[in-house]
Amino acid sequence: MKDITQPYDVLVIGGGNAALCSAITAREAGARVLLLEHASKPFRGGNSRHTRNLRCAHDGPTSFLKGAYPKETYLKELLKVTDGQTDEKLARIMIDESVDAPQWMYKRGVRFQHIQGTLGLAHSNPFFLGGGRALVNAFFNTAEALGVDVVYDSEVLEMDIRDGKFHSATVRSRAFTMEVKAKSVIVASGGFQADLAWLKEAWGEAADNFIIRGTPYNKGRLLKDLIEKGAKTIGDPQQCHAVAIDGRSPQFDAGIVTRLDCLSFGIVVNKNAERFYDEGEDFWPKRYAIWGRLVAGQPDQIAYSIIDSKSINLFMPSLFRPVQADSIRDLAQQLRLDPEKLDQTVTNFNQAVQVGTFDKDKLDDCFTTGLTPAKTHWARRIDSPPYYAYPLRPGITFTYLAVKIDEKARVIMQDDKPAENIYATGEVMAGNILGKGYMAGTGMTIGTVFGRIAGQEAAAYVA
Amino acid sequence: MLLNNPSTPNLKIEDCLENESTLVKEARRIMEVCNACRYCGGFCAVFPAMEMRRSFSRGDLEYLANLCHNCTGCFHACQYAPPQEFDINNPKIMAELRAETYQKYAWPAPLAKMYQKNGRAVSYISTFSVMIVLLFALITQGNAALFTAYSGSGSFYQVIPYGVMLGVPIVIAICSIVALLAGVFRFSKGTGWDMRQLAQPQNVLRAVWDVMALRYLGGSGDGCNYEDDTFNHKRRWFHQAIFYGFLLCLVSTSVALVYDHFLHLPAPYSLASIPVITGTLGGLALLIGTSGMLWLKMKRDKRPQAEGLLGMDTAFTGLLFLTSLSGLLLLLLRGTTAMGVLLVIHLGFVSGFFITLPYSKFVHAVYRFAALVRFAEEKRRNPDGDGII
Repeated sequence: MKDITQPYDVLVIGGGNAALCSAITAREAGARVLLLEHASKPFRGGNSRHTRNLRCAHDGPTSFLKGAYPKETYLKELLKVTDGQTDEKLARIMIDESVDAPQWMYKRGVRFQHIQGTLGLAHSNPFFLGGGRALVNAFFNTAEALGVDVVYDSEVLEMDIRDGKFHSATVRSRAFTMEVKAKSVIVASGGFQADLAWLKEAWGEAADNFIIRGTPYNKGRLLKDLIEKGAKTIGDPQQCHAVAIDGRSPQFDAGIVTRLDCLSFGIVVNKNAERFYDEGEDFWPKRYAIWGRLVAGQPDQIAYSIIDSKSINLFMPSLFRPVQADSIRDLAQQLRLDPEKLDQTVTNFNQAVQVGTFDKDKLDDCFTTGLTPAKTHWARRIDSPPYYAYPLRPGITFTYLAVKIDEKARVIMQDDKPAENIYATGEVMAGNILGKGYMAGTGMTIGTVFGRIAGQEAAAYVA
Repeated sequence: MLLNNPSTPNLKIEDCLENESTLVKEARRIMEVCNACRYCGGFCAVFPAMEMRRSFSRGDLEYLANLCHNCTGCFHACQYAPPQEFDINNPKIMAELRAETYQKYAWPAPLAKMYQKNGRAVSYISTFSVMIVLLFALITQGNAALFTAYSGSGSFYQVIPYGVMLGVPIVIAICSIVALLAGVFRFSKGTGWDMRQLAQPQNVLRAVWDVMALRYLGGSGDGCNYEDDTFNHKRRWFHQAIFYGFLLCLVSTSVALVYDHFLHLPAPYSLASIPVITGTLGGLALLIGTSGMLWLKMKRDKRPQAEGLLGMDTAFTGLLFLTSLSGLLLLLLRGTTAMGVLLVIHLGFVSGFFITLPYSKFVHAVYRFAALVRFAEEKRRNPDGDGII
């Protein structure tokens, strides 16, 4: 067993992709590194366990990606989804450094695959072979082979920070509390979405109906600790990566399998059996990240995606089987919605549908007229039984409230000066770049790029 | 809270309700979780085959189980593996379901009971085979025949008469091959596909190539997991040593049969002859492969393994080991007084191996090959891999 009371050069707090990238980088630069993971070994890796790709710029086909994804396109899309709520300097660093990321990962054991998935991301997002947990396994094996000390079941309770300088951390490691000293610290401990009380502070009662898609370990303890000790924050505590997922999902850790890709093929109604947003506004991959907030805004934070048998095979299968019925009224009964109202909503929708040529792969000419809200693409009559429904709830992936950092990944303190030896990477600082909205794979890119920068800078600081 | 509706879209009721085992139900649950995730697409053929489906009949699951090579890559990569509450342990359930198919489709049915305690059955039959050959030699040839040092051609027949040496193995081999073919035919029929449709040259060639290269223990080029979550080619190479060693021994035996029976050149043959060279190389490869496999089995991560099947695996692998060891010793000491006893032991193990062939771990080779042929056909019909079969 490792003696973690000996002083280290770099203490890395967290065990996800961002933490591992920084630990490996610092170790390769010659620093003595300790990585503390709150979770037990089977649950190591934070939210990275559930990820599957990262978003990378590249000018032409590479061994990991088809086509090209120019840096300008990347930035333009980022500015669009975040509504400009991004630190452009940091965003550019992320995009520049993303070019080399897959190769860097590959050299450290991560393997990629080409998926013909439903997201159409082959030109921008290399997928990890086996997904995020395989990546986490590879990185842990690499880190330990390099000589990083890794200890599981170890929660950092608080940090001793004075005048913008880190001195030591109080750690509860396998039930015993101790002091860990290090010359520098890299905080890679994630957002606060698993702290339901904190979510409630931000969202009010609505948070009771949120489902946390990832690890139950991200309680934001060190985010709070940093804020209390004078770190500057960026972002809104309400902002997060939130998608609409199957409402029957477990409260934590259900990951990818409860996502639903069927919303654009039917209608979505709330508990009053009323539609509330254009389901066909754009391709699902470009819209999936707004639906979490949309559902959160509905009464009781619940909604229902309703499709008919024409659409049942058009999307990726999901974990739970749909609710099924031969009539809309029967479907409403099963969903405990008002049968009369749902029937009326479907009838109104069907009457408003203009017959066009349905094509799920392009913005087709199937839309409604005279209906509010309109459905602008993929509108087909819901008239072929059996009918299917999936209940929807907001699924929180990670929160965006972040500690502010500079281009060296150093935490900025209240006096607008960077802390001397405190670095942050991953979801604890992702809000610098993601003020709102989301694009698939961005979280992993942020963690990788700023993890490497933090590792480099921390190692250089102690050298 | 809403309950899950128990009817899967597109699944024909008759496919899923008739006499399903608990294992089939668990395999379906796992495949439905996996199909909603699809992170493991690049590991092997199971996941691409799974992605061609929206629902899983019993036959589909039995086919997928036999496609699985037990590389355990999906277990180590799985965000839902135990202790996570979804409790997804694909390799273990696939292995158990595979074993269930061996028993279910074995022919004739009464002999399928051998799969219930397979390690024991294979060991007993092998032991009895050695005893019977020994008793036969003693009773027919007498004591002296067993303990004499012979030299020159035909010396083996001093211990076991020529007619018996030729006749008995041929009868055993024919019975075993018929039983094996009957089993695989029942398997294909029972899992709902037509052999005639599948047995097209391009499918068979592709499957042969998959087997020759053992493609699906290669992972993405780094090999597979077995001992832990690191990747290496150990299991692949050991398995290849067994596979090619076995083929070399078959070549050796067949050439010897032709020499002896048709060219009238009786055994034993010189050290530079084809039967001896191929037999020696094959025997050595088998020794290395089987001991390597057994060594890996002791070191393997037990979580994704069906430990209850260890008996079946080790009995079969051990029998192969003893067969090649006794064969090599016979070659080494054939000019000494030990020849008679070694010949008896070797022939005993060989008989045991071939008697149990259709009721031992050996059948995995045939069922997996059939599954690979089917996968080749499905891939051909669905090159993009995301359509629905």
